[in-house]
Amino acid sequence: MPELFIPSFRTLARRVFLARTGQAALSATAVALLAGNEALAAQSKSGTKDVTILNTALGAEQEAIAAYQVGAESGLLQKPVLDLAVAFQGHHKAHADLLASAIKKLGGTPSAPKQPADYHFPTSKLKSQADVLRFAADLEKGAVSAYLGAIPLFHNRDLAKAAGSILGDEAMHWAVLRQALGETPVPEAFVA
Amino acid sequence: MKRGNVISAAGLLAVLLAAVPLAAFGLPPGDPARGEKVYGRCFACHAIDRDRTGPRHAGLFGRRAGSIPGFPYSPAMKKAGANGLVWNEETLDKFLQNPTKFIPGTRMTYAGVKNDQDRADLLAYLKEATKEAKQ
Ligand code: HEC
Repeated sequence: MPELFIPSFRTLARRVFLARTGQAALSATAVALLAGNEALAAQSKSGTKDVTILNTALGAEQEAIAAYQVGAESGLLQKPVLDLAVAFQGHHKAHADLLASAIKKLGGTPSAPKQPADYHFPTSKLKSQADVLRFAADLEKGAVSAYLGAIPLFHNRDLAKAAGSILGDEAMHWAVLRQALGETPVPEAFVA
Repeated sequence: MKRGNVISAAGLLAVLLAAVPLAAFGLPPGDPARGEKVYGRCFACHAIDRDRTGPRHAGLFGRRAGSIPGFPYSPAMKKAGANGLVWNEETLDKFLQNPTKFIPGTRMTYAGVKNDQDRADLLAYLKEATKEAKQ
């Protein structure tokens, strides 16, 4: 019987780090997600506007970017985990870029990020690497729920698909962070 | 005949009203510990004690909608507050079930907590956790 290979967390973190794409403004996948969407603006006028959904999501992504910055600068993260945080932050930057570009395509104005101090992160409660990982894991879990709650509201299905793509990425972050905390990485069959 | 119908309708209404306190707005009893887990779904945008993408929840019960000073609410949420919407178990139950239906134009673009038990648990948690004294 072949042995199941479970990589150490260090190996895992290293792989995530190496897989980092250059942080080009929008990756090819992101561009493809929005390609051929010149009709984006032609959404129905009734109900929640897609641009409103996108701007709320953008606000949450901007906070996640700032939160990872706090984590990275805290001095609490050791090397493989630090690389992981930087890689995940890069993903959130790519999500924010995608959302901002979709907002512009819809004729809207992307909301500006707050000043780092204005997020009032509970930094006094972050005393160890595990605290930072727990904080990041909770943010990622919340982000998965937020996208799940946004998807049914989109008028444009391509935007719903883009949100699903981001949801998948953030669910992976959540799983890896749980793994780093020594918890079951995927605790349930469904996310809520 | 007609008169009889009216009386029985009134009687029925009385029975229904009497039942309200027992079955708080039709929700089952809530478990705050489970509700804290449900609150994890709000954590991308909210915290109890600080404004984020969404406003802080401290002091939520009894507060007028859209009334945290300085928070950039949507015109729709501000208007709902100006028209007298105050957050309590009943209004939160309706809002959280389907935010964009309850307040069209809200920036809380979230489909809602559809499951009655989840919502009851969430409200039980929020009631405890948002008490101002806890800050
Ligand atoms: C995607 C981000 C997001 C998520 C997820 C989210 N909210 Fe909100 N919430 C907001 C925003 C933004 C507002 C302000 C809405 C407006 O001004 O129209 C808000 C407003 C509210 C309000 C009104 C507060 C006030 O001061 O009047 C309540 C109550 C609330 N949210 C509860 C919740 C709960 C409970 C959850 C989890 C089940 C949740 N929200 C999930 C973004 C979110």
